[in-house]
Amino acid sequence: MALLQIAEPGLSAAPHEHRLAVGIDLGTTNSLVATVRNGISTVLNDIEGCALLPSVVRYAPDGSVQVGYAAQAVQSDDPQNTIVSVKRFMGRSLKDVGEVGNLPYRFVDAPSTGSGQAPGMLQLRTVAGAKSPVEVSAEILKVLRERAELSLGGELVGAVITVPAYFDDAQRQATKDAARLAGLNVLRLLNEPTAAAIAYGLDNAAEGVYAVFDLGGGTFDISILRLSKGVFEVLATNGDSALGGDDFDRRIYCWILENGGVSALSAHDTRLLLTNARSAKEQLTEYPQTQITAVLGGGDLVDMTLKREVFYEMTQNLVARTLQATRRALRDAKLKVEDIKGVVMVGGSTRMPQVQHAVGEFFGQAPLNNLDPDKVVALGAAIQANVLAGNRTADDWLLLDVIPLSLGIETMGGLVEKIIPRNSTIPSARAQEFTTYKDGQTAMSIHVVQGERELVSDCRSLAKFELRGIPAMVAGSARIRVTFQVDADGLLSVSAREMASGTEASIVVKPSYGLSDEEITRMLQDSARHARDDMVARALRELQTEAAQLLDAVENALQEDGDALLDEIAQARIRGSMDALRAVLQEEDQQAIKRAVEALNSASTEFAQLRMDKSVKHALAGHKLSELED
Amino acid sequence: MDILNLDFQQDFFQLFNLPATFKIDSAALERGFLALQAQVHPDKFAHLSEAERRLSMQWATRVNEGYQTLRNPLNRARYLLLQHGVDTQEESNTAMPVDFLMQQMEWREALEAAKQAKDSAALDELEQRMQHEVRILQQQLSTDIDDTRDYAAASGIVRKLKFLEKLAEEIGSAFDELDS
Repeated sequence: MALLQIAEPGLSAAPHEHRLAVGIDLGTTNSLVATVRNGISTVLNDIEGCALLPSVVRYAPDGSVQVGYAAQAVQSDDPQNTIVSVKRFMGRSLKDVGEVGNLPYRFVDAPSTGSGQAPGMLQLRTVAGAKSPVEVSAEILKVLRERAELSLGGELVGAVITVPAYFDDAQRQATKDAARLAGLNVLRLLNEPTAAAIAYGLDNAAEGVYAVFDLGGGTFDISILRLSKGVFEVLATNGDSALGGDDFDRRIYCWILENGGVSALSAHDTRLLLTNARSAKEQLTEYPQTQITAVLGGGDLVDMTLKREVFYEMTQNLVARTLQATRRALRDAKLKVEDIKGVVMVGGSTRMPQVQHAVGEFFGQAPLNNLDPDKVVALGAAIQANVLAGNRTADDWLLLDVIPLSLGIETMGGLVEKIIPRNSTIPSARAQEFTTYKDGQTAMSIHVVQGERELVSDCRSLAKFELRGIPAMVAGSARIRVTFQVDADGLLSVSAREMASGTEASIVVKPSYGLSDEEITRMLQDSARHARDDMVARALRELQTEAAQLLDAVENALQEDGDALLDEIAQARIRGSMDALRAVLQEEDQQAIKRAVEALNSASTEFAQLRMDKSVKHALAGHKLSELED
Repeated sequence: MDILNLDFQQDFFQLFNLPATFKIDSAALERGFLALQAQVHPDKFAHLSEAERRLSMQWATRVNEGYQTLRNPLNRARYLLLQHGVDTQEESNTAMPVDFLMQQMEWREALEAAKQAKDSAALDELEQRMQHEVRILQQQLSTDIDDTRDYAAASGIVRKLKFLEKLAEEIGSAFDELDS
């Protein structure tokens, strides 16, 4: 009989307790949350038994916020305050979004924050004020977080949030900000096709090179992965972060306008016809033709028949665009169509017969449809979340993903010099040295862009910053080393320092689209105006949980390697910091806990380094052994 | 924070436990790469302290950089020559043999013609001819670096390969354009 373990209240529980972690698919049309329970990845339903949460947010006149089916039900009645497909606006300026004429929203343009800076993320004017896409997405994530906590009966250690593989830095940063705003600890941003590959690969024990074709509501990704026992390696990825089911709806919508003799639509009519267009599209998956019927605000009647062939023809070039991206991905992976063992279909839009047909013809094989295209991304994300949260599984695997778009800097004449090429395995870094071109120059400007084109103006501007305080020297003698680091989430940070003078003025730059910590705090306060106390309490609890996890991690590390790697004095120093943290852990003083956490982190840095060295040596030792066996 | 300045002590060949030669056992390199990433990848440290997460990112970055350097023949040659104290002078030395330059011009004309005519078969053919030349040059590199230790000659080949790498990129962009 096992002894019951009773942990001191608030302190580290048993080290092997299951940590609650979820995977969230934050989709253009629908969002889902999944978790691993008893070793099986499961999508969590709401109390009515629905798995999908429509990604629709309504700001109601009474100050409340509706999310999901309730918001979707009123989208035609209150189109301006009901935001659908907000994912398309993440990390985007008004200029990026383009054809806003078809959309029933009141956009607020965000001017650029400085000379030469890219314009900021757009906002949407609602009855509750101007809302950024980050805030709208956070409302969706909050509902999913609450659903998970209710269903799992505890607080989450963290979440894996999926993003389209082809999302650039601005879009990724916006997604991460939304999760933070929703009170989620982001364990990782995971690319959607990669998440699908995990779910598919583990289920089917797949080996070989696979293509994941992911056509969602608003985004398209194609990823080429090599699956082998214990390794998921992304070889190349391509796509279009503004191509999805919405575009097929819009083609039908435009067809209605052109052929139905309707014009000058109100926001209500626009939303109504877009909704009708979507159901017509869905009908055509089952039936050869469909009837589109709607009564417009002015009493006009729309009553039209749409045939499958007509729909196929009007969407032909959308399908062609997915195949172009697919060809580019194959070329980057240095592979031919014949090298692909299987094609996994992901995303609701791959249900359309013309998409199935085109993909089958391109690859010369029937695509794999043995998993639910709506759920597979969330299921894969949950599996990865479970591992990242520290719940060991019997079979461990390694996931190697890539950066989808090249990172570069502006050089003379507005040209781009690539620093980190697309499809580099992440995390990745590159250091580049710059020098001054004038005597006595004390500042220089560095412009970081993302994209494949040669001209800066054709790429996305991520950050523009000035290095100041360079010691005055003869032209060409200053040496400024700029380091570009892409982390495992695919997010960029840039740091710089002057080498020649020995001054270590180093800076860390956040891309211009990201939110500063102050902005996040302000949004948190805004959103929690009614529940501020709750929020403070929650922040404290999160901090305490985090601190307890840290204590846990260090304790485990000490037990494993303490005696082997550290002398008594070093161990005592770490133990001292642990005791100090335990002493303040139950206080209500956030600052004191933060300070103690930082102190423990810094006291254990060297130990962590030693453990890492040991771990690397171990890997090499294993490597040698395998060579002997060969 | 300067992550590339960490004292990792070992060079890339030591990192993957391989002899420092141009000829490389690519299967052993890949095995070593996967074995190391399995130990240091950030996914293994996501639940641990910030210090461990940071180190893991730095190590995984280093392992990726080493793998890319050794896997790509041009990068590998450059890295080996640098270890032998030889500067490949890719920016400063632009004097190329006349026959090589003539061939380059011919290929560039062929590339332009194929782009104009939107002829993907011609692009394919050009790519194959170029890849053939690349293989010959790589063979020569192996002799110059590993056997005769003629690093000056090897530097000359690195400069040629750099030209061809640029051309390969342009052929890639031409394919992309044909698609769109």
